[in-house]
Amino acid sequence: MKSKLNLNPQVIDSARDCAARIAESMQEFIDKHTTVSTERTILRLLGIDGVDEVETPLPNVVVDQLKDAGVLSRGAAYWIGNAMIQTELGPQEIAEKMSAGELDITKLPLASREEAEAKLLPVVMETLKRINEQTQKREEYISRIGEGRKPYLYVIVATGNIYEDVVQAQAAARQGADIIAVIRTTAQSLLDYVPYGPTTEGFGGTYATQENFRIMRKALDDVGEEVGRYIRLCNYSSGMCMPEIAAMGAIERLDVMLNDALYGILFRDINMQRTLVDQFFSRVIIGYSGIIFNSGEDNYLTTDDAYEAAHTVLASQFINEQFAVLANIKEEQMGLGHAFEMDPTMENGFLYELSQAIMAKEIFPKANLKYMPPTKFMTGNIFKGHIQDALFNMIAVWSGQSLQLLGMLTEAIHTPHMQDRYLSIENAQYIFNNARDLGSEVEFKEDGIIQKRAQFVLEEANKLLHAIEEEGLFRTIEQGKFGGVKRARDGGKGLEGVCVRDENYFNPFIPLMMGGVR
Amino acid sequence: MTNKTIVNTQVDLTKVKPYGDTMNDGMVQMAFTLPVPYGEEASEAAKQLMKKMGFEEPAVVYSKDMGGGFTFFTMYGKCQHTVDFTAIKVTKVDVDVMDRVECQQYIEDNIKREVVIVGACTGTDAHTVGIDAIMNMKGFHGHFGLERYKGIRAVNMGSQVPNEVLIAKAIEEKADAILVSQIVTQKDVHIANMTNLVELMEAEGIRDKVILVCGGPRISHELAQELGFDAGFGAHSYAEDVASYVLTELVKRNKAAQK
Repeated sequence: MKSKLNLNPQVIDSARDCAARIAESMQEFIDKHTTVSTERTILRLLGIDGVDEVETPLPNVVVDQLKDAGVLSRGAAYWIGNAMIQTELGPQEIAEKMSAGELDITKLPLASREEAEAKLLPVVMETLKRINEQTQKREEYISRIGEGRKPYLYVIVATGNIYEDVVQAQAAARQGADIIAVIRTTAQSLLDYVPYGPTTEGFGGTYATQENFRIMRKALDDVGEEVGRYIRLCNYSSGMCMPEIAAMGAIERLDVMLNDALYGILFRDINMQRTLVDQFFSRVIIGYSGIIFNSGEDNYLTTDDAYEAAHTVLASQFINEQFAVLANIKEEQMGLGHAFEMDPTMENGFLYELSQAIMAKEIFPKANLKYMPPTKFMTGNIFKGHIQDALFNMIAVWSGQSLQLLGMLTEAIHTPHMQDRYLSIENAQYIFNNARDLGSEVEFKEDGIIQKRAQFVLEEANKLLHAIEEEGLFRTIEQGKFGGVKRARDGGKGLEGVCVRDENYFNPFIPLMMGGVR
Repeated sequence: MTNKTIVNTQVDLTKVKPYGDTMNDGMVQMAFTLPVPYGEEASEAAKQLMKKMGFEEPAVVYSKDMGGGFTFFTMYGKCQHTVDFTAIKVTKVDVDVMDRVECQQYIEDNIKREVVIVGACTGTDAHTVGIDAIMNMKGFHGHFGLERYKGIRAVNMGSQVPNEVLIAKAIEEKADAILVSQIVTQKDVHIANMTNLVELMEAEGIRDKVILVCGGPRISHELAQELGFDAGFGAHSYAEDVASYVLTELVKRNKAAQK
């Protein structure tokens, strides 16, 4: 397809190749390390669940004991596999006995790594089968009851109470929503454990727990049957428990998950080593499970200027794409993020936004791009806000975005009320329908404002990527090149949860998931 | 003689009510949702509710079935109540706002040393948009942030900063002022958090030594003072508003201390 923006394919290739080298050099670091959260994820995937009498999740109990004994570098999989050989118990019983103080799995006789791996294999295959059943179920739903048309209408619920969320989510689906994201309570990203069970208390959102996922999944399946559209469920594989939540999402058939180490580093001050290692296993799980991941580049534009920093978004999308390639994620599962965040008083701002949105689509043609609405310049003037959202919707349908996170007219005021969601959905449906084929009808003036803007942003992104390759990704983040936020390599939360793998370390899921074993 | 309604176009400030297109018509537009199924009964319920709220001639101009037993309404009604505008008193931050250059000059003339301001988005709040707008070099909407002010050292600690950490930093930096941003106000989480900060500062014995300021879209000066802060800044406040207050207050306190 000819570029409407007259983008130079050589510059695109140069940027992409450069991003690939950046991601590969980071992968060398990742492959030498593991984290407490990565190990807890392995335990969850081996079926360990539940909490002890003080609400500590059993995966935490097991990993903490291994860490305290100084043996986590071999990996939790080895220790559980070995304990299964020595005790003839299953993973869950082993965890319960460890929790009760009746078993120290580091003091048992030691089998070889190969023996431990072989002992675990049936449990691993059982989990993969469970995830595959969910993937098939998603496909079966979509072929039987159908799905919404792109751009998918993506709305959030955020009551803090999962049962109230269900009411809001089902109402939104009836009004036309295609994707429901359950916003998490504000502090969850910094918890180093995943809470357990259904929850009814949260601030500005609801805890991501496996039971909450299950409750919402069922509610959306039910309402999907009613409205004749598969309703996708979104949550956050991010923060300190990034891969654990990916595993929960795979098991409970989430469809979309936010997953972006850079976001956690910059905006939650999570240690970069920790979260980059966590991101890899998360993405392997996400890729295997048919989940679309969303990256968080849109956030750079809330702390940095949307016009000035546009190239940082593109550069980060290139890097996120290559991280995803290394985790064997299909292009269709890449929900690379960007946003409509320019100051509405800017002359020709709409033209620049349009240019950048089409640019993203031309550079990542198969990706399911996630387009985020105006937030920074939403004021409380709900009437004007509704128009800002309308311009955003216009660009989305024009440029062919996939996951349209709907702007709310009350963005600057509160988490959405039921009517806010309805008005936003109506706004988007009106514009998407009314301007459906605008994109295929319109071409742009050669060397006009729109073409030149995209060419400029691409050139700048390419330059930034080469500078990052030179400096290394860690150094670049330390210098504050993304989102104008500086983070230290050894700073932030969670560094104590990173450890170097020993030569006998293994994670039984990574090779099987990457190999696409069904 | 024919009957003629005398239309008064003059506002009576002791009896103010909403204005649509005629003085004292009381016109109000409202939008809300009722948890009842769409239909004539739903519209009647909405109208009765508006009457109870004190509106005359309530009219449903639009209603929509939102599914699941919920109905959305757009309504008009005529407000019957009035307020006495002449009797209104609002506590505001009382300061003559100086622009950035004037603030810098003011420091040079009146303070003659570096002013240290430590800011953070505290508690569970992860939204730095407010504190960044006030503190970061770039500022917001063409209003440069405090980092750009010569004579001010602005330390922005970012998001989700525990109150204890903020206080420790303020002590370490010998801060003249602390800025607290609170964006998330769901379920009044900000009230408890801000109260806790004041209590901790009192326990540390530094409450009187530091100018304590808060800001956010749901923050008012009145609320700030109720919670034991010195000042509160709501929406549409910029760095120069905060700087003018802090600098003026600093000079005022120094003078008081010298007496």
